[in-house]
Amino acid sequence: MSKQSATVETSYREALKEAIREAMTRDERVFLMGEDVGHYGGCYAVSKGLLAEFGPERIRDTPLSESAFVGAGIGAALGGMRPIVEVMTVNFSLLALDQIMNNAATIRHMSGGQFNVPLVIRMATGAGKQLAAQHAHSLEGWYAHIPGIRILAPATLEDARGMLWPALLDPDPVLIFENNTLYNLEGTLPENAVAVDIDKAKVMHTGNDLTIISYSASLFKCLDAAKALSREGVEAEVIDLRTLRPLDDATYLASIAKTHRALIVDEGWRSGGISAEISARIMEQAFYELDIPVERVCSAEVPIPYARHLEEAALPQVDTIIAAAKRMVSHG
Amino acid sequence: MGEFRMPSLGADMETGKLVEWLVKPGDRFKRGDIVATVETQKGLFEVEIFEEGIMGEPLVQAGQRVPVGTVLAVTHPEGAVAVTESTMQAPPGETAGKPSGPLETLSAPAATPPQPSLSAERVPCSPSARRLAAELGVNIEDVRGTGPHGAIQRTDVEMAAHHPAAPAETSVPSPTAPATSGTLQEGMRQAIAAAMSRSNREIPHYYLEMDIDMSRTLKWLEGENLKHPIRERILPAALLLKAVAKALQDVPELNGYWLDDHLQVKPEIHIGFAVALRGGGLITPAIHNVDRLALSELMKAVGDLIERTRAGRLRSSEMSDGTMTVTNLGDLGVRTVFGVIYPPQVALVTFGRIMERPWAEGGMLGVRRCVTATLAADHRATDGHRGSQFLDALDRHMQHPEAL
Repeated sequence: MSKQSATVETSYREALKEAIREAMTRDERVFLMGEDVGHYGGCYAVSKGLLAEFGPERIRDTPLSESAFVGAGIGAALGGMRPIVEVMTVNFSLLALDQIMNNAATIRHMSGGQFNVPLVIRMATGAGKQLAAQHAHSLEGWYAHIPGIRILAPATLEDARGMLWPALLDPDPVLIFENNTLYNLEGTLPENAVAVDIDKAKVMHTGNDLTIISYSASLFKCLDAAKALSREGVEAEVIDLRTLRPLDDATYLASIAKTHRALIVDEGWRSGGISAEISARIMEQAFYELDIPVERVCSAEVPIPYARHLEEAALPQVDTIIAAAKRMVSHG
Repeated sequence: MGEFRMPSLGADMETGKLVEWLVKPGDRFKRGDIVATVETQKGLFEVEIFEEGIMGEPLVQAGQRVPVGTVLAVTHPEGAVAVTESTMQAPPGETAGKPSGPLETLSAPAATPPQPSLSAERVPCSPSARRLAAELGVNIEDVRGTGPHGAIQRTDVEMAAHHPAAPAETSVPSPTAPATSGTLQEGMRQAIAAAMSRSNREIPHYYLEMDIDMSRTLKWLEGENLKHPIRERILPAALLLKAVAKALQDVPELNGYWLDDHLQVKPEIHIGFAVALRGGGLITPAIHNVDRLALSELMKAVGDLIERTRAGRLRSSEMSDGTMTVTNLGDLGVRTVFGVIYPPQVALVTFGRIMERPWAEGGMLGVRRCVTATLAADHRATDGHRGSQFLDALDRHMQHPEAL
């Protein structure tokens, strides 16, 4: 245990790579496939160097056909392998939606439990890099609608490093959403970082005045907002959902029982999004705890714009979160 | 400069307790705004103001009980706009002992919008605050909300729990919960006793009764109601009210006040509608301009009024300006109601239950649905002849429901 104290400087990208490397080393059934994951090293350079280390059998470049290689991943999982399939962005994953929804999510149920699909699909999500509307959406909330799969949204280095292994151990399909603005996030991790829990949300900042519920890249905006609010005497509790399906209701409900105010911050759209689902659950389970209506800060209901100032205006930002929080705790 | 006075909310009111100011000095108000709540023996009422201007310093603080007519605050006209409606609040105070003043001077002008919105009435309160109030034994009605849109939130309840409502501290040592306290029930009984004793003492009543065949009317109504969703259906009570209003147009002498030994016929038809309270007692708030309301509007107004009466959210004008009263005890199986006129009104129309009865007509005997309408009228103001004409007109209008 003394090794716990030793830490390493790393990044979100490196943490993901380290997690893949660990999984490949621990279990020879694990392999990675996707567009440009091999020779190019992954479009976000997550798998750079892994081809040389593990060889083309286990680091496999695929044709540009999401439906085909996700389907192949499902087949491999059914055949006893533990595939990690990388899809370049969530926008392109829609081409594989049929495979994910109609096959991966259903086979266990349609086979009466005879066949399960232990598949992990990683993909980038989110805006903020001026990649325009076909590369910048946050559709993880859509996937969280589907029974039969688990949805993970690692925000921290710890989760980037620790979520993959338990995801591979899950007998059912797991989708991991990596916000594209997080790959360069730097920080430290314990040298011998280990797997993390993938069932529970986590309180990242404590406070008694209101509960801010978020996940992925928006989490850090919420934490910045909480720090600024704290300087003005407003103590926000910030919760990282971490897992979008199944949602860990208990953690945010416990917080709301303390603060009586709930603000949901989601880079997805408001209408029919995961924020709507969370809001509904709060109404169903904590109505009598609420001292003010649930509020949401979400992305503007437009295709994410290309121009920087418009893209920034379309996304939840620290100042919009602060404004909403202040509005909720003010008394006139 | 104007004066905002303790209004008279009925002939039997002598004093009122200012429970809360809803405007602050310097606030702008316009005609019809609710500026204060006042507690009388009959409950808690919202008091409107009938001019425009800017509120000055209050002369009476929340919690004080003062005679009707006492100046509660001075008001200032906004800019150069002259306000000439100070007659609206002409001081009945000097004659508080005399029943004539208040009702006369406070009768709302015909321009008063007949249907105020309901949403303005409900005080928003967060679910959590409501639960906390129940836990702490705080009456939510006594809590002043400081949240968005004046919503009551947890801090407001906590504040109220630690500092019990100001009125209780500065005035009579009565408990804070006005709407439920036993003293209110007792007070209401006293008020009803005073008004009814006065009525029986002063008003020479005469009574006329008529059975009205409701078969055709109800058949028409049932047909109409089939065309509408349940929530929009019209109850026979609304037809009765409307028919009364129409008959009053034919015999206007029954619509008004007997004041200073004279009959004052009122041009507006504001029908007081007797509402029994669940905890006992009775209030007769007025539905404004019944003759001008369509049946659907009237039905809505009746529902709204009953709901607000029972919730204790009536407005001052509704309490003070009924021009005659209708009592309907039909739901209890009573056949004939012999009522006591609410002074200074000069007539009361009462209805019993609509029930099937043997009915002879044209030499034939049949079964018809009938109601007994009874007119109690002030013999100083009208005679039996006019009273009969009224009942006759009532019957006539009832037979043509499509024209109501």
